[in-house]
Amino acid sequence: MEKFDVIVVGAGPAGNGAAYTLAKAGLSVLQLERGESPGTKNVQGAILYADALEKIIPDFRETCPLERHIIEQRMWLMDEDQTCTGMSYRDARFSQEPYNRYTIIRARFDRWFSDQVKKAGALVVCETTVTELLRNGSGKVIGVRTEREKGDIYADCVILADGANALVGSRAGLRPEITADDMALAVKEVLFLPKETVDARFNISGTQGVVIEIAGNVTHGMLGTGFLYTNKDSLAIGIGCMLSDMKKQSLTPYQLLEGLKRHPTIKPLIEGAEMKEYSAHLIPEGGYKALPQLYGDGWMIVGDAAGFVNAVHREGSNLAMTSGRMAAETLIALKAAGKPYSAANLAAYKRTLDDSFVMADLKKYQDVPTLLTEQPHMLGMYPRFLGDAARELLTVDGVSKRAKQQKIMADLKGKRSLLGLLGDAYRFWRAFR
Amino acid sequence: MHIAVCIKQVPDSAQIRVHPVTNTIMRQGVPAIVNPFDLFALEEALRIKDATGATVTVLTMGPPPAEEALRKCLSFGADHAILITDKVFSGADTLATSFVLASALRTLNERQPLDLIFTGKQTIDGDTAQVGPGIAIRLGYQLLTYVSKIRELDPAARRLVVERRAEGGVQVLQSALPAVITMLEGGNEMRFADMPGMFRAARQEVEIWNRDGAGITDLTQVGLKGSPTAVAQVFGPKPKAVKAQRIEGATPAEMAEAFVDKLFADFPQLEGELLAHLDQLAGQDSGLAAPQGESA
Repeated sequence: MEKFDVIVVGAGPAGNGAAYTLAKAGLSVLQLERGESPGTKNVQGAILYADALEKIIPDFRETCPLERHIIEQRMWLMDEDQTCTGMSYRDARFSQEPYNRYTIIRARFDRWFSDQVKKAGALVVCETTVTELLRNGSGKVIGVRTEREKGDIYADCVILADGANALVGSRAGLRPEITADDMALAVKEVLFLPKETVDARFNISGTQGVVIEIAGNVTHGMLGTGFLYTNKDSLAIGIGCMLSDMKKQSLTPYQLLEGLKRHPTIKPLIEGAEMKEYSAHLIPEGGYKALPQLYGDGWMIVGDAAGFVNAVHREGSNLAMTSGRMAAETLIALKAAGKPYSAANLAAYKRTLDDSFVMADLKKYQDVPTLLTEQPHMLGMYPRFLGDAARELLTVDGVSKRAKQQKIMADLKGKRSLLGLLGDAYRFWRAFR
Repeated sequence: MHIAVCIKQVPDSAQIRVHPVTNTIMRQGVPAIVNPFDLFALEEALRIKDATGATVTVLTMGPPPAEEALRKCLSFGADHAILITDKVFSGADTLATSFVLASALRTLNERQPLDLIFTGKQTIDGDTAQVGPGIAIRLGYQLLTYVSKIRELDPAARRLVVERRAEGGVQVLQSALPAVITMLEGGNEMRFADMPGMFRAARQEVEIWNRDGAGITDLTQVGLKGSPTAVAQVFGPKPKAVKAQRIEGATPAEMAEAFVDKLFADFPQLEGELLAHLDQLAGQDSGLAAPQGESA
């Protein structure tokens, strides 16, 4: 009979963060991954937030396959097919080491991360799907059952890092089934361009990189955003919307992506690129209010499986790695103190999360998903208005600026009553304060 | 009994995907797999192991990542795995590959005498079906290619009977041991590894042999140097952009006439050539007739 201190289900950022931390501390760890190799089921934009990984592997920069460090962030509001209103923030200090954010290619990054997990001493077994959790008479989780013959494996604690679908936890009744309202579906392409072309088109050099976050009617009124990131010699472009919205509008994700790629603002940036990769993934964007119970007798949930995604700031992998590390550190401390992995003792994991940026940020934006779902004009009308206003002011046609401003205000009032505007401003302030 | 199975890691051609919009092939991230034909060979070896308690050793010549393919074989139930890897082996064709594998198998034979060597009938990336026979000739073993089934195996009498697919039927062949068998597809189905197998594959050491480990001294016979095959060009046939034409006509005879007219109009030299050919035939006729005339 195989028995470990901890079984980690899944080899994404959360699972790897947990397995690495546990193995490094000398616990016996089995990590099970259903994909052919770690990373084959994983998709991300992808931006790596250095801080979260640094707290797990302090010297990661020496060996980790990184693409570019980010020196500029652009925020663009785009309509379906004509306009783009944007702002950008570029800071020379972002080019001072150690860098804070990087673009990465997940296929390479995940292979690297998994190698570190193996080197730390964890046993990694791929192509093995966990079908259910094993429990003892009192209901404590004591291991997992895999779909393989003689497939029961035992452990003192099971960490569920099985990603957005969270099948294991849902099947075991540890968390509710995921719903389309809490899920975004994002699609992404990796487009190859020579490094010099990327440098020239984005005004960067060396390992400098630019990220562009895109909102507005480019999502055809659905709740979602797009992105364009610079890698060394490729671009990552993608768009994601709430699954329930896609269902309603019956638009396919790749239609949205093709629309984004055809937009006159984007088209020249990706001109002549060769598409090398196409992927899609679910993102749990329900936020704080959709979080499930995070621990119990002999089990914990981390990463996407728990719904740790900050949709407003497009952060997920850092929350995943951090929650994985915190789950691991909880177990390490309990083992050192000779305490069992009971629900009461594992509550320490939730307390650590509560005291960290993970819960603080999720709490801060807890009303945003509801706001944007119930007030869809927030995403559609305002970006369109902003574009129209800019167009009015920048078109020199013999009309006085005062008259133009009056026309813009009249336009706005025609779209939304003064009380409506005040209400929106208040709701926005409430949701983002 | 000791059985060796030679495998190769190849790109999974079934997983080369096509983009739904642009219809371009997406090459990035195409996973590497064990050559599917080799899995039939391994499964056949494992069935012999199940029946007789034989030892199964898998080996491959390849770059370091090929270790993953060997681990996969360990998970299915192979006992040992050997990766034969050395920079001097790169660029090998089938001649150089069979030289390296034969040398390694000789070394393996000294450690524990070999009774059977299995390979797949061919790889899906090279499609030559030459390495298996190459090994047999170099080692002086019996060679049984395109085997679909092993009917009998008698280790004590050192003989076996196999079914071999041949043109127009199935040959039933008896052979002495040791022998090299190249396995056809479809004769068996690879088992699904059990959990203990997965653990063994994750934990067990894969032996790494360089040129010394494989007992190779003559470097002119390995890698690019030992490979007389040169790939001059790789290309896909260009589709012709010619549209089908429609010949109209009320009766078949009219249609035939219209067709011949069109043919002669499109290829003017054809009419002349055809007439010249007819003249020539007529001339031969008269030539044949002439001697008859003389004798008459």
